[in-house]
Amino acid sequence: MEALRPTSVEDLCAIVAESREPLEIRGGGTKALVGAPNAARVLDMRGLAGVIDYDPAELVITLRAGTPLRKVTELLAANGQHLPFEPWDHAPLFSKPAGEATIGGVIAAGVAGPRRVTAGGARDHLLGLTAVTGRGEVLVAGARVVKNVTGYDVPKLFAGSWGRLGAMAELTLKVLPAPRETATLAIAGLGPRAAQAAMAAALGSPHGVCSAAHLPQTFDRAGPHTLLRFAGFAPSVTARCAGLEATLAAHGALIRLPEDYADRLWAEITVPVPLDGPVLWRLALPPSEAPALAERFEADGARWFMDWGGGLLWLEWEDEAGMDPAEVRAVAEVARGHAMLLRAPEALRRSVPAQHSRLAALMALEGRVRAAFDPAGVFETGRWLDV
Amino acid sequence: MTIQMPAPDQTVLARRSEIVAALARIVPGEGVVSDEPSLRAFESDGLTAYAQLPMVAVLPETVSQVAAILRYCSDNGIKVVPRGSGTSLSGGALPLADGVLLGMGRFNKVLRIDYADRIAVVQPGVTNLAITRAVEGEGFYYAPDPSSQIACSIGGNVAENAGGVHCLKYGLTTNNVLGVELVLIDGTVLRLGGEALEPAGLDLLGVVVGSEGLLGVVTEVTVRILSKPATARALLMGFPDAKSAGNAVAAVIGAGIVPAGMEMMDRPAIHAAEAFVHAGYPLDVGALLIVEVDGPEAECDHLAEVIGAIGRENGAGLVRASTSEAERMAFWAGRKAAFPAVGRISPDYYCMDGTIPRRQLAHVLARIEQLGDECGLKVANVFHAGDGNLHPLILYDRDKPGELDAAEEFGNAILRLCVEVGGVLTGEHGVGIEKRDLMGEMFTETDLEQQQRVGRAFDPQALLNPGKVFPMLHRCAEMGRVHVHNGQTRFPELPRF
Repeated sequence: MEALRPTSVEDLCAIVAESREPLEIRGGGTKALVGAPNAARVLDMRGLAGVIDYDPAELVITLRAGTPLRKVTELLAANGQHLPFEPWDHAPLFSKPAGEATIGGVIAAGVAGPRRVTAGGARDHLLGLTAVTGRGEVLVAGARVVKNVTGYDVPKLFAGSWGRLGAMAELTLKVLPAPRETATLAIAGLGPRAAQAAMAAALGSPHGVCSAAHLPQTFDRAGPHTLLRFAGFAPSVTARCAGLEATLAAHGALIRLPEDYADRLWAEITVPVPLDGPVLWRLALPPSEAPALAERFEADGARWFMDWGGGLLWLEWEDEAGMDPAEVRAVAEVARGHAMLLRAPEALRRSVPAQHSRLAALMALEGRVRAAFDPAGVFETGRWLDV
Repeated sequence: MTIQMPAPDQTVLARRSEIVAALARIVPGEGVVSDEPSLRAFESDGLTAYAQLPMVAVLPETVSQVAAILRYCSDNGIKVVPRGSGTSLSGGALPLADGVLLGMGRFNKVLRIDYADRIAVVQPGVTNLAITRAVEGEGFYYAPDPSSQIACSIGGNVAENAGGVHCLKYGLTTNNVLGVELVLIDGTVLRLGGEALEPAGLDLLGVVVGSEGLLGVVTEVTVRILSKPATARALLMGFPDAKSAGNAVAAVIGAGIVPAGMEMMDRPAIHAAEAFVHAGYPLDVGALLIVEVDGPEAECDHLAEVIGAIGRENGAGLVRASTSEAERMAFWAGRKAAFPAVGRISPDYYCMDGTIPRRQLAHVLARIEQLGDECGLKVANVFHAGDGNLHPLILYDRDKPGELDAAEEFGNAILRLCVEVGGVLTGEHGVGIEKRDLMGEMFTETDLEQQQRVGRAFDPQALLNPGKVFPMLHRCAEMGRVHVHNGQTRFPELPRF
């Protein structure tokens, strides 16, 4: 079936209002293999592209949702700015070439990289939006300024909603100056518990670590590395590195990694391509719970690494037979976390919901909130196996 | 009173004694307040022009009591107004004549602090500053710092999405809260968010923060705590006019710097503050900028040098960097005293709270001055310059015939102007009752209806804090604001800035 391709908000309204079948909102399609396969008609948002307003001094950018993420990051970089939550392109996780992800897609999926632990996520940077709800109505929510408490913060609901409330047409995002320098200090050889303790000490220090991750094996097989990243002006980065070395002395020797090597490691932590097995899980956790889970799942044959100081645990199984989804979720729940099945073979995706389920009363409230935007279920594609 | 509240439901009022008895069964002992002298304590919040006795006040101590109270009110169609410390500047906690005032002050315990995971779990009645006090021994603090932080509760901060002078760098309440326990009007107890950085499903926490008590009652809050920066340094810079100061602000950001705070004052505000606290501000400048940086000492030194140079390039005649903590506090003293300082030079003032795109600052200030000339009123402006949040303080004398009305019309025009240039009605004080009837300036009927549909998903009968945030169908076009008469505010001990 041919995709629908609106090129204006008016088009989008007409399409949604007239639709008699479920619509799957899609940008670059980079996350199309997340969740259960479905037969919904594709609503291709890439016809709504381009920047509407960008004055770097205002620290906001307003743009159409179908704008490629790559173009946004290039434009911001040309003005010395960035999106601090480090949104990234999922295509390589699904063996597709990068470059197709759209800004609307990464916001709708709440995508964020390593700096999320200190800089906030997609939800913290989405200030305002224009969307077409399931009712076929144009909705304007939030604003185009960085500080606003006028009315409900509806944009927070859209960030990470995976398109279940409406189709975002225009977004206003908070942007910040990009750091002039970065540096990465590493401790080699730590086990998961010692590594997480070192990351907690670093993130809890006044030295302003921006990202903290632990690889039990670097992707070039150089053994366990606990990575602590700094970003800022040169004198600041130098002072912060020296301060952290002193603070973490009891945790091990810190070595400063060459920048190009560190950049490569952080790129692979952001988009975990080296975890290339068929089943990939993403667990959000209280950070101190991560080491015990890592050990537990490693004993079951999983490969893993920690980001966000332990707050994010990536898990993969080379062989799906070695893993029981119910068990992964039960263990995550006991640790007060939750597990998303980000990549899995089609058969598994048909039976196991991608998102971790919530308690019944919360699921019911989420359902009522979704129905407030989309009473007829125009954007309910069956992808989430929860309705 | 110029704002109308929903007409009291006489059938509810007729059942008052029965309702009081029912609540006393849920919260035994001193937990139900029904005599008029005691209810007076709850009649206003920080928006002192408005006062209303509640039908009854109830002060629960446990989550199950909160759930039982709400379920009872839901079953009986009784309105509920939640209240923290009652410091709202927009009337968010103004009682209703036929409503139960639900005071959360007894929920005053810090439940758990986890330094390794950098979180604190607290009850909603804990004050903002008490969180920092609880963790500062270990070198941590809670970042959002509204000016009322010694009194305002974290539950109220969640309801209002409170900000502070450091929110450009450290965010508002919404960026620093990880989870809440929320009781719905039907008594359902839910957990939204938690200790992980993101929820498994829809981000309902995101819409609850800043919902002004209309969606549910928060009974527990999990906040992020941060390590206190090693050093903080402030720069004081005097400019010939607001335009050159605004250019300096843009240039600081253009240089890649995100200061911890960046505050601007105009000439009337500078003069009022200097006369009040003798902070050492120059009196021959058109605009004053206070820029604070924090971090390692080497970073502060470097940034202070860069920012000072930017100031001079943009016309600053005076550039001083603090060389001690005492001097840094002195630079802030005048700014933090700006509201009471203005209260000394004028019998009354109105505090406005719009946000504008910063590039519009010079235009907006010129228009405000022009509007003031037209109605014969003066205005002093203080400005959170980093994030564009403008607090014009309109000077008036309510004892002069017509001046109150003129000031209200002036304030109305300022907020319309903020929206017209691409900004918003409120940057940090909330809509409450104060800006409720101006919501149509920013949102269409469809937008407002959609927001209220979200509300009905939580509270189908709209029993929680009705009459706030959203315009009523038959509304009075007039509006009220933060009225301060003879410097007398409801919380004279609280700084406001």
